[in-house]
Order: sequence, then C-alpha cells, then structure tokens
Amino acid sequence: MLMYCSQSSPESADKETSVTPAQEKSPVSTDPLENKGIGPITSLKLGPIDQALVEEGQVLYQELCTACHKPNEKFIGPAPAGIMSRRSPEWVMNMILNPDEMLRKDPIAKQLLVEYNMAPMANQGLTEDQARNILEYFRTLE
Amino acid sequence: MKNMISNNTFVLAVIALISFSCTPQGNNPGVLEASNAASKVYVAPGEMDEFYAFLSGGFSGQVSVYGLPSGRLLKVIPVFSVDAEKGYGFNEETKPLLNTSFGFIPWDDAHHPELSQTDGVPDGRWLFINGNNTPRIARLDLSTFETVEIIEIPNSGGNHSSPFITENSEYIVAGTRFSVPFPQKDVAIDSYKENFKGALTYISVAPESGEMSLAFQILVPGFDYDLAHSGKGKSHGWTFFTTYNSEQSNTLKEVNASQNDKDFIAAVNWKKAEEYLAQGKAKTVASSYTRNLYNERAHLATSETLEEVQVLIPSECPGLIYYIPTPKSPHGVDVDPTGSYIVGNGKLSADLTVHSFDKMIAAIENESFETEIDGIPVLNFEDVVAGTVESGGLGPLHTEFDGEGNAYTTFFISSEVVKWKLETWEVLDRIPCYYSVGHLMIPGGDSKKPWGKYLVALNKITKDRYLPTGPELNQSAQLYDISGNKMELLLDFPTIGEPHYAQGIAADIIKPRSKKIYKLDENEHPHAIKKEDQARVEREGDVVRIYMTSIRSHFAPDNIEGIKVGDKVYIHLTNVEQDWDTPHGLSVMGARNSEILVMPGQTETLYWEPQRPGVYPFYCTDFCSALHQEMQGYIRVSDSDSDTPLKWSLGESPA
Repeated sequence: MLMYCSQSSPESADKETSVTPAQEKSPVSTDPLENKGIGPITSLKLGPIDQALVEEGQVLYQELCTACHKPNEKFIGPAPAGIMSRRSPEWVMNMILNPDEMLRKDPIAKQLLVEYNMAPMANQGLTEDQARNILEYFRTLE
Repeated sequence: MKNMISNNTFVLAVIALISFSCTPQGNNPGVLEASNAASKVYVAPGEMDEFYAFLSGGFSGQVSVYGLPSGRLLKVIPVFSVDAEKGYGFNEETKPLLNTSFGFIPWDDAHHPELSQTDGVPDGRWLFINGNNTPRIARLDLSTFETVEIIEIPNSGGNHSSPFITENSEYIVAGTRFSVPFPQKDVAIDSYKENFKGALTYISVAPESGEMSLAFQILVPGFDYDLAHSGKGKSHGWTFFTTYNSEQSNTLKEVNASQNDKDFIAAVNWKKAEEYLAQGKAKTVASSYTRNLYNERAHLATSETLEEVQVLIPSECPGLIYYIPTPKSPHGVDVDPTGSYIVGNGKLSADLTVHSFDKMIAAIENESFETEIDGIPVLNFEDVVAGTVESGGLGPLHTEFDGEGNAYTTFFISSEVVKWKLETWEVLDRIPCYYSVGHLMIPGGDSKKPWGKYLVALNKITKDRYLPTGPELNQSAQLYDISGNKMELLLDFPTIGEPHYAQGIAADIIKPRSKKIYKLDENEHPHAIKKEDQARVEREGDVVRIYMTSIRSHFAPDNIEGIKVGDKVYIHLTNVEQDWDTPHGLSVMGARNSEILVMPGQTETLYWEPQRPGVYPFYCTDFCSALHQEMQGYIRVSDSDSDTPLKWSLGESPA
C-alpha cells in the first residue's frame, strides 16, 4: 500500500492550464483601485514622476511588451494608456511579475482574459525594478 | 595461441543462449515481488527522479535522457543525427555542427557518453560522446541539454575507444577501432600489416569553456583499439585501451582476429606525452579535420577546418606506452574507484583478468619486458596480473563499481550481471538480464565516487519483453537495486536506438544549473530582432531575409508578399517570449525542410526556396496557448519575373 503526500510545485508550467478559470473566491475588494492583485508587490506609494525611470521603462516596454500591447490602442491585450486611473500600482506590477497566478485567481485578470479572447498575459521574466520602471512609464500615458 | 576449441565453445554458447532466450520465463529469478519493486521505482506525479541517466542512442546518433528510478524518458538530445522534432541539422544555425572533412553528414553511430569530472567525480557540466562511423566527439552542455561542439578525429577509423575522460577533464581520448593507412592513401587492403596504423588521440578540454582541441596523437600498431578508461587516484595520468586483432588481419576477423590467446591492454602515460610535446618530440603531420562550435549567445554554430596534428611515435618516446597481455580479445577496460585495478573483460572467455596498477609500475621500473612491438614494450602477464575472477559466466564485456569494494560485470553470452569482490576476486551474486546485456551503468560507476544504489543493464536483445511491434523492437534497459547484498530486478524500460554505454549522476548536481530561457537582451544572433516593430523583409538580389518575431499567439509579420519563385528565403525567427517552456515552432508549406523550434529568447532560421506561384500558409507547430490554432500567416509567392512589390504586415491589410 502506498501513501504519498505531495505538494504541487508552484512552478508547474502547464501551458494549457494557465488559462483554466479558477473556482476559488478571491478576498480582494470589488473596487478596482483597491485591488492590489496577487504577487510580490503588496504596497507601493508613488511620488512625483521620475523621468529617468520613465525612460528606462519605455525601453523595456518597447522590447518586451509591444508584441501584444500598443500604448494607446487595444491590440492582443489592452492598451496601458490611462491604466493608473483604472488599476492600483500594485495590481499593475503584480500583473507584470506574476501573470500566471493572476490569471488563475485575480477577478479582474480573469475577466480580462475572457474579454481578450483567452490570450494569456506572458510572463517576460522581469525583475521588480524593471516592472517598477515600466509602471513609471505607464504613469506618463494618458 | 587460441585453438579452435575456444571458437567452438563460443558458437555453442551462442546457440545455447538463443534456445534459452526463446524459453518462456516462468519465474524471473531476482525479481522482487511486484508491489515491492513497484514502490521502489514509483515516482509520484509531480515528484522528480533522484538521478539523471544519459543513454547513448547507438545507431540513432543521439543521447536520450531518462530519470531514475522511474525510467521515464525526459528528453532526446540530438547529437550526430538530424532531428526534425527540434529542427536540429535542418535550421541554418545547427547545420555547421554536422560538418566534417567529408562535408555535411546527417548521421553517426553514438556509443559512449561520458560526463565531465572534477577530482574524479562527475560534475554535471558537460557530457561527451563519440561518433564511431566518421570519427568524431561531441560535447553537450548540461545547462541547456544541447549539443554545443563536435570535433572530427583525423587518422582514425571507427572511433570506438572514446571519450573516457581523465579525472579533471584534462583530456578525452579517441582510439581507432578500425586501423587505416596513416596518413590515408590508396593502397591494397592486403597490405594491412605494412601500411595500416592505429592512432590514439588525446583531445584537451578547456577548463572553463569546455572547448575541445586535438592535443596530440600517438601512432601505434594497426590493432583494433576497442575501449578505454582513464586512470584515477594513483593511476591518474594514465589511460588504458583494450585491443583485439593483434593478429592484424584485414578479413574474416570473426575468425582471424581471434587467433592469439592474448591481445593487449595499451597503457598510455599521458603526462609523459605532455613532457615529450614540451620537448618538441612530436611530428607535425598534415591532417584535415573540422571543429564545429555552437555559440550560445549567437545561437549559431560555426565550422572551421584545421590542417595539422602533433604525432608522437612510441619508438622515439620511451615510457610513453606499454602493452599488457590480456586474454581473449578483451572488450571493456575498467578502472576501480581507487585507481588500483584495471579490469580486462576478455569477451571470448569465462574469466576476468584484473591487472594491478602498482605491479604494472613495478614491472616498468624493473624493465621486465617480454618483447617489444614497434618500440612498445610488452610487459609479462604474470608480472602485472592481480587476480582472475572465475565467474562461471560467459562473454564478459563491461564492469562498473559501487564504491563499496564490489564490482559488477556484464556477461553477454550467458546474459547476466555478476557481482564480485575486489581483491578477493570471489563471486558474490549473479542475476539474469533479458537479454544479452552489453554495457551496464551505475551512476558514477566509472568514477572515484559511485552512487552505488542502482544498476542499469543495457541489453542488446528485447525479444518477448514488451508488446510486439513487428520485426523491429526497441532495445531494452533494466534497472536493478544494488543497495543490498543481493541484486534485485526492479524495472524494464525501452530505449531509443541501441544504448551502448550510459552515464548517471545525482539530479541535484544538474538541476540547479538547468537554464529555463535564453535572455533576449543577450541574444547576439546576427539576424535577431528584439522588438516587434523591427519585423521586416529585406531583399538583396534573390536572397530574401524575413525578420520575424513570435509571441503567444502571433508571428510578426504574418502577411508577406513580393516573394518570387527561385528566391532564397531565410526566415529568421526570434522568439521574444521570456518565460519557461514557451517555445514556438515554425513551418512553411512546401519548404523542403523541417520545422524550426525556437526556445524563448532564441533566434533560428528556416531556409526555403519557393517553387511555384501561390499563397503558402505558415504556422506555429508547438501548441503554445489557447490561440495556438490562430498562430498562422501567409506568404504570397509570385512568378520570378513578376513585379509584385515586397510588403509585410501584421493586423492590417498589406500596405
């Protein structure tokens, strides 16, 4: 008789299950600006716009994001223009840094996945600093 | 001299084996009760194996990677043969890896994988494997599990006694199994004894990069140099090569190469060779051979042709090489973990001959030589032999060790593994193999520190072990538990091609080094593009280069017009994904080529010569997302004299 207790690996990378709608209820607020998403960023205070960060973020955005996101128009995914009035900064960074879990558990991300034709947000392997720079660039997009 | 009785014995034994093999197996001796065996090989879903096993693919030309103890196939790594699944040898980037002095060769016969070592212990950095047919050695990088280098061995035929690394990966070796004229020339085959020579080649391995260079060759009599192992510990600095056909026959070797009662183990002092090289004793010999190197950052292999080798002649280099008489056409030669004993597996015999390294050194110091062949002193058998293992089996081929003072030898003719004790030479246990075992592998079992838990028997005959699949059957591996006093058969699993030798290593050594992606910002491919807005098509004469990106789930561009019949089209696809396990494939209808399969951050090139006007679909071949089916595009091909303008686009009509 065999008894095995194993935890599923957090890294289990199944290309198709990454779009599986999850059943669990999320504890997050229904106000999008209150929803910080799920991931490494739990709290972020924004100061004045830092132009150096903006420039670095813009370069990263062009290299790693534009295959799916045009700044000002809907493409494969949504346009980031005006995103700071729709989402919390934590949510934006968590969506960049932790898209697989966000797509499974976060109610807004789940809804966006359906709205955008089941095209999943790709994890581009960014560091927190890089995601922060991209966020700063987004702050300049009206 | 060997008489006809031994040959008759061999034939009878083969017949006995065939009848044995065809007998239904009622009880499998040594097999654990099924549920007990199952629990020992059960790796639960989501759990991982304890060991990596790298099995040669033999005539498939590849290396297959298995997990142990489950026997699960993890990957087939293309090495010497093209592999359409991965685009290997089909994309422009990897074609140069298969270049030789004879041009592009899509196949070889891969025999002996050998892990790189540090201090005599597998270090998990590289895996080397020999190509037997057109002599070559390949290096695989175990952070990417890809072939990254192939070097051709000149002046050799049948690179069999290879690569068998030294204990700090200073050298890998390449002894010729089929001696050939040296240098190659047009001579009568029956002038063998006059014109044919063997070459024992040493290839140095750069400590940091792993890059191989041909350091020197030793010119030796035209015997068949069959297998090898390098010394370790006290015998570090030496390599031992078995020989057969010391008769130097060139025909009906089955009989004519089995006349001498003893052939030789050649003992090469490679540190002495280094001294002679430093003294300028080597002759420079013109020899054309290729060295092909894959640059991981450029994602591109290049091939260079080299024109000369340094050759040492034994008669001019005393102390470089000795012959140790060893009975019955020895096949494998295996050095125990302490480096003290050299096991000669006399394949036409029942017994194993074990030589003592210390006695060998004493005999050399006493200059106790039986004779000399082409300047190579032949030691006296009695001076060097440490013991004989009277096994009761037939046809010993290979021996590995468990690090606990025990050795395990395969017997091809009697189809079994025999466990015996070093220094007492007594047989401790034996267990059958199904059927006709060749090599065996204990993880680390040819190193200083074996992981003596499992043994894998690599069998030549499968017969009735699996569901039948017509005349051709996959060959078979069998896993044994050797942690107790008695060996226990746990598992059968099929293999890709013919597994000659194999290597095993604790998974924990390799796992942390395994890469998940190639970083896009480190991509130095000359035709990479890193942003979708750089996607474009360029024409120069009849050469058209399509610079394309992929990300879930589209190619950019996906509509292309202005290609003409007769164009030479290069599609340079950069996969701009940066997540693990997100490759994209690309294939084009009618392209006389395979797909390409591009890893995240990598660039690969599909070459296509369009033949007929029309519109040709291309698409992603590796299911990548829910919108994978939509990941497709079209290329319009016009007549060669048309004036269709060059256009490309994504998400709009071509403009």
